[in-house]
Amino acid sequence: MLDAVFLIPALPLLGFLTIVVFGRRMGEPLAGWFATAMMGGSFATSLVVMFGLLDRPADERHFVQTLFDWVPAGDFNVDVGFLVDPLSVTMTLFVTGVGMLIHLYSIGYMHGDENFSKFFLYLNLFAFSMLMLVLGDNMLITFLGWEGVGACSYLLISFWFTNEYNASSGKKAFITNRVGDWGYMVATFLMFTSLGSIQYIDVIGNASHLSQTTATAIVVLMLVAAAGKSAQIPLYLWLPDAMAGPTPVSALIHAATMVTSGVYLFTRLNPVLAQSSSWGPHLIAWVGVSTAFFAATIAISQNDIKKVLAYSTISQLGYMFLAIGTGAYVAAIFHMVTHAFFKALLFLGAGSVIHGMDSDQDMRHYGALKKFMPITAGTFIVGWLAIAGVPPFSGFWSKDEILGFAWSDSPALWFVGFVTAILTAFYMSREVFLTFYGRYRYADIRDEEIEDMWNGRLAIAEDAVSGAEASLATAEGVAIKASDKLAKAMEKLEQRQTELAEVDQSDEKAFGKATSNLAKAEEGISKAQSGIDDNESVIDSARAEVSSAKADAKLTLAASQSGSESVGVALFEEPDTSAIPESELPEAVQKRREYHPHESPWLMTLPLVVLASLAAVAGLLNLPFSSSTKRLDLWLEPSLFGNQAVDTVSAGGKWLLAGVALAGVVVGIVAAVAVYIRGRSKPSKFELPIFAHGWHYDELVSAFMGGPGRRGFDLVSWFDDAGIDGAVNGVGRLVRSGGGQLRRLQSGFVRAYAAMIAVGAVGLVGWFLVRAGL
Amino acid sequence: MELTTNWYLVLSIFVFSIGAVGLMVRRNPLVMFMSVELMLNSVNIAFVSLGTSLNDVGGQIAVFFVLVVAAVEVVVGLALIVAINRRHPDATADDLSTLRG
Repeated sequence: MLDAVFLIPALPLLGFLTIVVFGRRMGEPLAGWFATAMMGGSFATSLVVMFGLLDRPADERHFVQTLFDWVPAGDFNVDVGFLVDPLSVTMTLFVTGVGMLIHLYSIGYMHGDENFSKFFLYLNLFAFSMLMLVLGDNMLITFLGWEGVGACSYLLISFWFTNEYNASSGKKAFITNRVGDWGYMVATFLMFTSLGSIQYIDVIGNASHLSQTTATAIVVLMLVAAAGKSAQIPLYLWLPDAMAGPTPVSALIHAATMVTSGVYLFTRLNPVLAQSSSWGPHLIAWVGVSTAFFAATIAISQNDIKKVLAYSTISQLGYMFLAIGTGAYVAAIFHMVTHAFFKALLFLGAGSVIHGMDSDQDMRHYGALKKFMPITAGTFIVGWLAIAGVPPFSGFWSKDEILGFAWSDSPALWFVGFVTAILTAFYMSREVFLTFYGRYRYADIRDEEIEDMWNGRLAIAEDAVSGAEASLATAEGVAIKASDKLAKAMEKLEQRQTELAEVDQSDEKAFGKATSNLAKAEEGISKAQSGIDDNESVIDSARAEVSSAKADAKLTLAASQSGSESVGVALFEEPDTSAIPESELPEAVQKRREYHPHESPWLMTLPLVVLASLAAVAGLLNLPFSSSTKRLDLWLEPSLFGNQAVDTVSAGGKWLLAGVALAGVVVGIVAAVAVYIRGRSKPSKFELPIFAHGWHYDELVSAFMGGPGRRGFDLVSWFDDAGIDGAVNGVGRLVRSGGGQLRRLQSGFVRAYAAMIAVGAVGLVGWFLVRAGL
Repeated sequence: MELTTNWYLVLSIFVFSIGAVGLMVRRNPLVMFMSVELMLNSVNIAFVSLGTSLNDVGGQIAVFFVLVVAAVEVVVGLALIVAINRRHPDATADDLSTLRG
């Protein structure tokens, strides 16, 4: 039965190749169903292999299947082969199982996408790479898978690559992972030089021959590798941006499978960890627990439903690293499995919400979605309880086990982990409350829309002010002209009066003309006077208009400035739109008022239900009550070679620790209820801006890489040009110039050549003579 | 006065020197060609005389080889010289330096 193991990666590979060739012809939904069927076959094969292993006695549960020689090069010999043991089978089971559900879900989620078949092509290629990673029987095959999943991650993050942000997020993930790959490669080189083999069987068997220094160096380099792939400090920063990909990708790659490869790697190499000096594992534990805490604080302030889950994933991976560092490999794998269930569930649930909310990802716009999407809400709530650590859901058992081992290693580690658990309960409750409970906020007018509207009004008011000012100016111009006219009319009147005085009284005709002229001038004066009077009233009204327009504008400005309040306000009360006439409401708001959130099709809800049941009961895998209920402990034992730590906590102490952890969870949830449901406190008190900015880590890295880092790389590039290339080119130049000098010997004169031969012959004879001792 | 092998060797040296100096001094391709022939034949003299004095037939066999090589050389060399002379009737060896480096 174990011989079928090659089928596990081969089926997704077959799916990939088939869709590469026939994808366009298969189209939607056939390509999706085909890819899902391949994953299903792979999952069934994994089950068969698992039962095959169970048939064997515990100490014989490992099996190597060698397919062919890959790199036979002297001492360095690499086969393509698969190592089947409880660890790799556990990994394949949840990779193929969860993977199959996510494939199924994607058929619904990617409905109508023009690159439907391409998506499944990538998904199958990813599954193939991931299975090579976990099944490979040497570090090179694992590396092949390691790079393969990285490439698929890049391809899938930037799946909708026409958007600039998506494309550069993919690049960010790819480049950040390169840093980790460097660690992996150097660790592999070190392994080969010190042990002469990179086969896991040899590495595990001969790990005790490693010197402590070498083992520690390998562990630290592997930590670099794992920090890249599993998004730990300092290389975590690509994972939140990876949310740019389609949601099933986030669920499959960036939550359930690929990001756990760092944990898998450490577990696989546990004898090397055991050989290293104690600060190596401690470093892993501290990196893990600080990442867990750090990411949890950031998750509190995120508003994007997927970003919260992204930071939550980083935080949960931190827990797994904490477990690895304290030697609790079983706890790490246990949490990996339960996390795969509940995080995939949460991501798929988030995808279902996004699907039903017209691609809106901002939780501030959700609220009360429970009544629109009952299945999504119900399953999401199961996922929430599982991740928050509420018994009897799975997360409680696995997290509790990790915290127990952390306590027996160092109470400080336990304390940070405990605080993180409180934060986890808080931010996950926040997500659930903002999304599914509270007031339905989707139809609300949004802050930015209000602001836009106020800005529009302000512009209108400013227009009115400038219009009124213009009419005032014209009125004033008219007034000046009118008074000019009056002055002229006065002059004319005076002139006429003198004319009248001078005119001869006897000349009746002239007298009559002068009198009528005088009357006309008087008339002109009275006209001008009335014109001025009229105009004065115009000016007055224009002045009034200006001042009222200015007052209006001022009011609008003040209102718009007070309009942009923080978000929390709208949580409980609908924003006051009474001041806005219905006709003035932006079109988008009208549209949203008519929009009805809807539940997703069964293709999407079925995986949710399955994952929710798994997330609820996965704790059964490893119940801590007696050694026989610790099934995962027993099952993984052959892969751990007795390197699993023994926790020193007494039974009573364990109950106490579990009680304290549970109390912490309750505190977190109650706090979230108080803030987000009852409104006892302003959310802005918790959602600090520094959390929202991720402690400015991204900016810090950009600033460093853009400034000193850039200069450093320029220096390296200069050295490459001048030093390395200079040496190579220098040799070439030397040969060329030497040849140029030697060229002159070839004069083309036959006699010169003859002379050279003669001289040479004489020289040769002379040399022989000298040798002969003459 | 008896003719010993040394006389032949001295003759060979003389003939060789004439050929060598002629090759280096003269510019006419035909004359240079003849100088080469002189050198080859001087070597033949040395081979034959040493073969006789040492009672070794190898010397004479070597001469046959040299003669064959010389004949071949004459065929190729004369053809070249005739071809060159047709194109450049007054060409000296120094004019034919197009293959210089």
